[in-house]
Amino acid sequence: MMTQTVHIVTANALLSGEVVYLTAADHWSADLQQARAFADKPLAEAASASAARRVAEVVGCYVTDMRQTAQGLTPTHFREDFRRRGPSNHAHGKQAQA
Amino acid sequence: MYVYDDFDRAFLTERNAQFRAQVARRIDGSLTEDEFRPLRLMNGLYLQLHAYMLRVAIPYGTLNPNQLRQLAMIADRWDKGYGHFTTRQNIQFNWPLLTDVPDMLDALAEVGLHAIQTSGNTIRNVTSDHFAAAAADEVADPRPYAELIRQWSTDHPEFQFLPRKFKVAVTGSPLDRAVTRAHDIGLRMVAPDAFEVIVGGGLGRTPMIGKVLRDRLPAADLLPYLEAVVATYNLLGRRDNKYKARIKITVHENGIETIRDLVEARFAEIAPTFDAAATAAQLARIQRDFTPPVLVARPLPTATDPAFRAWADTNLHPHRDPSHAIVTISLKAHGATPGDASSAQMRLIADLAEAYGHGEIRISHEQNVVLPHVARADLPALHQALKTQGLATANVGLLSDIIACPGMDYCALATARSIPVAQELATHFDALKLEHDIGPLKIKISGCINACGHHHVGHIGILGLDRAGVENYQITLGGDGTEDATLGERTGPGFAYDQIVPAIERILRSYLDLRTSPEETFLMAYRRVGLTPFKAALYDADLSDAA
Repeated sequence: MMTQTVHIVTANALLSGEVVYLTAADHWSADLQQARAFADKPLAEAASASAARRVAEVVGCYVTDMRQTAQGLTPTHFREDFRRRGPSNHAHGKQAQA
Repeated sequence: MYVYDDFDRAFLTERNAQFRAQVARRIDGSLTEDEFRPLRLMNGLYLQLHAYMLRVAIPYGTLNPNQLRQLAMIADRWDKGYGHFTTRQNIQFNWPLLTDVPDMLDALAEVGLHAIQTSGNTIRNVTSDHFAAAAADEVADPRPYAELIRQWSTDHPEFQFLPRKFKVAVTGSPLDRAVTRAHDIGLRMVAPDAFEVIVGGGLGRTPMIGKVLRDRLPAADLLPYLEAVVATYNLLGRRDNKYKARIKITVHENGIETIRDLVEARFAEIAPTFDAAATAAQLARIQRDFTPPVLVARPLPTATDPAFRAWADTNLHPHRDPSHAIVTISLKAHGATPGDASSAQMRLIADLAEAYGHGEIRISHEQNVVLPHVARADLPALHQALKTQGLATANVGLLSDIIACPGMDYCALATARSIPVAQELATHFDALKLEHDIGPLKIKISGCINACGHHHVGHIGILGLDRAGVENYQITLGGDGTEDATLGERTGPGFAYDQIVPAIERILRSYLDLRTSPEETFLMAYRRVGLTPFKAALYDADLSDAA
C-alpha cells in the first residue's frame, strides 16, 4: 500500500477533555485508528463544521493531516503524535489506557 | 498566614455555586463553548492537549499543612495522584473531569484556596519572595501587602477585562528572588513602609526589563497607586493586537515619562476616594495573621552523614535567626518532572512542616517547596525523613534545579516539549558527575515563546519551537532574574531535540575550560568573556542542526 496524506477530524471530549477522533459511523473514538480518513480536505472540513455543532459532545473540532500507511494512520506532525500518545513524562492519558 | 473571615468564605461559596451552575448549563447544552470558555477561565479551568487542567492559586506561594494535605487529597480523588507546581507559585491538576471541577473547587474552599483569576485578562495570583519573613537580608515581610493586593484585585469590577493578563510580584528584600523586574508591576520594599514601583517588565514574545515608575511610594498609598497604574493601562493598553497588549508594550510605546504623568494624575484623582483608615485597619488585621513564629535555639547535633552535608551545602539558605535555616526541598530529583509532587510527597511535606517548620510551607517560582523556619538542630532528622519520599536531592541552585514549563506534553499553546529536555539534562549531567563541579547555574526551559519557563532570564535559557514540523531549541546565555535582571543573548541557530543536550554540554565544558577558578560561576564567566567563546563551542564543532 502506498503512503498517502489523508485528513481526519479531531476534537476533545466535552466531559473528559480526552483527544477523540470522528469515525466513519459518525461517532467519537479515542483510538486514532478508528478515525474516518478523508481523501478530500473540503469534505473533511464540512464534516468538522457539522461535528462542531454537537456542542454537548466535544470541544475544539478541527481537521488535521495524517499519513495513511499499511500500519494505519500516522500523524504527520509531532503535536498530533503527542495528542495520540499522551505525555512523555508519565504513562497517563492514552498510554494508561493502552 | 492569612485566615479567611466570614466574608471570604461566603464569597467563595457563592462563586463556586455560580460555577457549578455554569458547568451544568454547559453540559446540558444551554451554554456553547464560546459562552462557557470565559466563565471556566475565570475559575482557572483550561482545556489542554489531553484533558482539562485546573490551575489553583497559591497566594504569594504560602501554604499551611492542611492546605497541602487537601491538595494531596484532590490529586488522589480527582486527578492522577500528583500536582504540578508552576513558575507562578500555582499548582496545576492535569487530568480533572469537567463534572468533577465544582467538587474540586468546593474542596479547595474548605481550606481557603481557590482558582479565581488564575487565567484570563485580569490581575493574576500575586507572587512573592518564597523566603519572605525568614531571609536574613529582608527589609520586611511583603506578604501582608501581597494579601492586601489579592483582596483588592479579586473580582475588582474595573479590571476583569483588561487588554491582557496582568501579573504583580512583591519582594521585601533587596535580593530579588521574585523576578520583580519581569512582571507587569514589580514592588520592592525599600523600607518597612515604602515601595519601589517597577512597571512594564515581562518575558514572552517581547521580553523587557521593567522600569522604575516611583522610587519610593509610601505603603499607605499602595492600593490607590496600583489602581491608578492598572486604570491607566486599561485605557491605553492595545486591544487591537494580542501580541502588543501587555503593559510592557504600553510603556514602551508611550514612554515611561508619559505613563508616569498619567498615573500620577489618576492617582491624585482617586486617592481621596480611598478609605485610608479602612485600608489601614484591614492591613493591621492581615498583619496579625502573619505574626512570625517564636524560634528557640537548641544545641546542634553532630552530623557526619556525607549525604546530609552535601544536602546542607546546597539546599539551605541563611535565616534571620542563626539558630535556624531556610530549607528548600527540591522537586527536581534527577530525571523527575520539574515541579511535580505526588500526593504522598505532599503529605510528607505537610507532616514535616508541622514537625519541624512551625507549620509554614512555601512554593517557589523555581518549582520547589520551602520550609522557611527549621531549627538547625532538626536538620539531620528532616533530611532523613525527606529521603523516604525521594525529596532529599541535593541540587538546589545547581544545573539540575531546572525550571521547565509543561511544554507540549500538556500545554495546548506549546510549540515543543520542555519536560523531557529537563529530564535528560539532569540525568545526563548526573551521570557525568559534573554538576557540583559546574556549580551555581540556572537553566530555564520554555516550550513556546510565551516563556512560562522564564528562559530569557536563565543563565542558560532554552526555547522550544516548531521549525517546519520539527522540534527545535534555541539557546540564550547570560540571562538573570535577580536584582541585576538581564535578558539572555541568543547564541544563533537552534538545535534539534536530540542535539540540545550535547549542545548544552559543549557550552558547559567550554565554561569549565575558560573559568579563572571554581569560584567564577558560569554567569560571572559569561559576563567576563561574552558570547563569543560559547558560540565557538556550540557551532565551530559543526555538530549543530541549524534551523
